[in-house]
Amino acid sequence: MARVVVDVMLKPEILDPQGKAVAQALPRLGFDGVSDVRQGKRFELEVEGEVTEERLAQLRNAAETLLSNPVIEDFAVRVEP
Amino acid sequence: MTARIGVVTFPGSLDDGDAARAVRVAGAEAVALWHGDEDLHGVDAVILPGGFSYGDYLRCGAIARFAPVMGPVIERAAGGMPVLGICNGFQILCEAHLLPGALIRNDHRKFNCIDQRLRVESTASTWTSSFAAGQEIVVPLKNGEGGYVADDATLDRLEREGRVVVRYVGDNPNGSYRAIAGISNERGNVVGLMPHPEHAVESLTGPSTDGLGFFTSVLRSLVNA
Repeated sequence: MARVVVDVMLKPEILDPQGKAVAQALPRLGFDGVSDVRQGKRFELEVEGEVTEERLAQLRNAAETLLSNPVIEDFAVRVEP
Repeated sequence: MTARIGVVTFPGSLDDGDAARAVRVAGAEAVALWHGDEDLHGVDAVILPGGFSYGDYLRCGAIARFAPVMGPVIERAAGGMPVLGICNGFQILCEAHLLPGALIRNDHRKFNCIDQRLRVESTASTWTSSFAAGQEIVVPLKNGEGGYVADDATLDRLEREGRVVVRYVGDNPNGSYRAIAGISNERGNVVGLMPHPEHAVESLTGPSTDGLGFFTSVLRSLVNA
């Protein structure tokens, strides 16, 4: 078993109202010095067997078609050591 | 022959009942379609209604877009069949790439539930031909993720090609780029909008009967076809 992690973030030019809300809450709670917050999603995929290049390419395809919406989001796929 | 308009029910759809009712008020036959259907039962047009399909999990419309019924919807939309996506239906159409852009969380982070004034910017689409160009209408708007976004090139193209179908009038209720409330595909047969015309077809229950125009428009195109 191996774990493949897919991180999905809104593209920098897309407004992130949730991140903004978190950024505004931090100083209210006394956590100063954070100038901006962007909120994203992390998917942990438990993969059976060895993660080959071919398998990874399939998972990249899954990240592009289902896990993220490329119109508004960027994604990064990596194998967890 | 009475036109037959399919209304798809996904798990979590809420406004399929009202959409079917609007179809009947307009004088057509409403046909209930199920998300698991592999074919469209010979309908002449399809409405994807509002609601929270699959609990809005992952992204609004992201999972519904892969429901079995969407296969034939996408295929026949490409062939010119009229398709209307309302609210969650609009989100599904964007996720399915039948329409460009995406819907994100309202910029003010609150859920909207208001009677919204709109301007009909294009009467060239299959779903807006009964309106007068520039006509202002009032229909309910209720959404948490109704902010329409697309890159500048796409927005310019939509404007240039007359594919901005309806636009918000007055304060922008959700941060949509260029106050866009609804758009169409190139051919004009696929339209998506965040406001809910199906809730404004009878004066007893709606703020107006302005929404009826969307449903009478498609009937006109089906009769002429």
